[in-house]
Amino acid sequence: MVHGEAWTLKEFFVYPNEYIYWSIQIVMYPFMTGLVAGAFVLSSLYHVFGVKQLKEIARFALVFSLALLPVAMLPLLLHLQQPQRGIYVMMTPHFTSAIAAFGIVFTTYAMIVLSEIWFVYRQFIVQTVLELRSKQRRNKIESAQLALYSMLAMGAMDLSPEALQKDERAVKIMAAIGIPVACFLHGYAGFIFGSVKANALWMTPLMPVIFICSAVVSGIALCIATYIVTMELRKLIYSWKRKNNPRLPSSDELKSAEVVTVTMTSKYLLMFMVLAITLELLDLIFRNYTAVKSWDILRSVIYEKDFVNIFVLQYGLGNLLPFIIFLLPGLTIRRALVGSLLVLMGVFMMRWNVVIGGQAFSASFSGFMEYKMPIWPSSVELFKEGLFGALTVIVTPFVLFYLVTRVLPVFGVKDSH
Amino acid sequence: MINRREFCKKAMIVAGGVVLPLTLLEVFNPKRLRAERDGQGKIRWVFLVDINKCVGCGFCVKACKIENEVPYDANVTRTWVERYVVTEDGQTFIDSPKGARDGFTTQKIDQAHQGMKEINPEEIGKAFFVPKLCNQCENPACVQVCPVGATYQTQDGIVLVDRSWCIGCGYCVMGCPYGVRFFHPVYHVAEKCNFCYHRISKGMKTACVDACPFGARRIGNIRDPEDPVTKIITSEQVNVLKEEFGTKPQVFYLGLSREVK
Repeated sequence: MVHGEAWTLKEFFVYPNEYIYWSIQIVMYPFMTGLVAGAFVLSSLYHVFGVKQLKEIARFALVFSLALLPVAMLPLLLHLQQPQRGIYVMMTPHFTSAIAAFGIVFTTYAMIVLSEIWFVYRQFIVQTVLELRSKQRRNKIESAQLALYSMLAMGAMDLSPEALQKDERAVKIMAAIGIPVACFLHGYAGFIFGSVKANALWMTPLMPVIFICSAVVSGIALCIATYIVTMELRKLIYSWKRKNNPRLPSSDELKSAEVVTVTMTSKYLLMFMVLAITLELLDLIFRNYTAVKSWDILRSVIYEKDFVNIFVLQYGLGNLLPFIIFLLPGLTIRRALVGSLLVLMGVFMMRWNVVIGGQAFSASFSGFMEYKMPIWPSSVELFKEGLFGALTVIVTPFVLFYLVTRVLPVFGVKDSH
Repeated sequence: MINRREFCKKAMIVAGGVVLPLTLLEVFNPKRLRAERDGQGKIRWVFLVDINKCVGCGFCVKACKIENEVPYDANVTRTWVERYVVTEDGQTFIDSPKGARDGFTTQKIDQAHQGMKEINPEEIGKAFFVPKLCNQCENPACVQVCPVGATYQTQDGIVLVDRSWCIGCGYCVMGCPYGVRFFHPVYHVAEKCNFCYHRISKGMKTACVDACPFGARRIGNIRDPEDPVTKIITSEQVNVLKEEFGTKPQVFYLGLSREVK
């Protein structure tokens, strides 16, 4: 079986070697990097521009972007025909290729995120170390914790106000450098597609900008959704704990704080959403108006083959409906959750319509290809490029987030940042 | 005794130096850049296809698959032949069943998932066959987009793939406007027509040229003014495919009709 044959359905005339070579994992790749970049930009809104209302969610978003970081690479590895050679991209980069920059951009970004997190958490780490050290007797877990946190502290144990102030400044600088790098990380994912001159749907200079805007939208939406879910869980735990300890904050107090944060964050979500939709529509109108050679086949893909995917799922349910949900006065938690989940779905569909939609027609402009996503993983290839491979990519960041927050808690940390 | 601060500083410098890929410097190697861009040797391979002579027998496809060990029954091929049937009212029907490996055995047009299309012979305005293969572009998009440099252009203009270095990302497959690239079903790396480089570099013709009973396919050296292929290209009305992509294709066609995609 030829690679791509299992999930490609051809119609009319398609060149013999043409298949849907870039399948679900290449949809996941810009979707996941978009979430990383978006989460980081959200956390930077607080750190750089001092949007105080976002304080609560900023730390959360930052840790989440750390959890998402390795996952940006995962779909690419799952997609490669020779994954064991993936490292060649970093060892022998061929710089005329847009993909060659991945290693450098990604490493730079990873270092920025890691160092920002270190500065944000340094106070907490040092306090934990001191606390554990002061204990007379430590059990095995506590000893392990002490070793871990001592390592994380990297010997910088100074907790004087000046040192903490320095931390704060470092966080600000890192966040400021991080914004353009995060945008670059994702904008360049857009460039990978936008620069393929052989593909009539992808080739537009707007692609990187569209990708950045929708990335920020998806990142914020994911942070809102995860934030709400985590807060709800905390409320449950607190109400259970409060039976024994009435001094803990009541669930009403927690809830009002939650609503304020969510409302504030959703304003930024809407802002970036307007930007993203404007650019996408501009692209569509421009193609419609100029109607170059490829327009005939693109029109039948956009308005006929992919109509439901583009206009119902992406623009209708993924953009318009959440727009109304967030704009109607009196935003509630439940509505915000539904809205942000819809936005996430909309951005995912946008990636799908770009990646799969871009391969829905033959380069001969005389035929179509349809992607039948493999469901049951009866072979390694069908797992990698099918539903279960995609689910693996979706679940991983949440598992990582859970693990990271065991070491670096997101809530209830006292500090000045 | 070195203190901690100094140690950290020096360690960072060493680590940074190690991490900086030495290949960065290689980009500025002018010799290699020239080899990658425009080889100025005595040979520049080109191909000439005479559409008027092709009958769609598919011997070229068969010969290519056997010569280049592309699995015979796999639905990918380095070269293929397309059939064009244009009706009098201007509709164009195209097909290439199995890349025309077995020729065209029925008058019905293969519309893939849409089934076989029967066309009334009375309504046919014109019909012809178009052999396709890699255009060995002067400005190859596939070489530009390869992230690891596994695909490269030789001095004599042929674009090759290093099977030991290709990571299988598929960017070259997507980047080629002509659809000549695919993943090899056995080696799982990018695969393409290379004008039978192992043959032409030993003075032989390509397998498809040797297999064509009608002389519809010819290979030549554009830098040799005495080469019959060069003479035709420079003196007759030839055309190339998809010039608008700026890839400067080097497969020339005699009798190319505007319907050809």
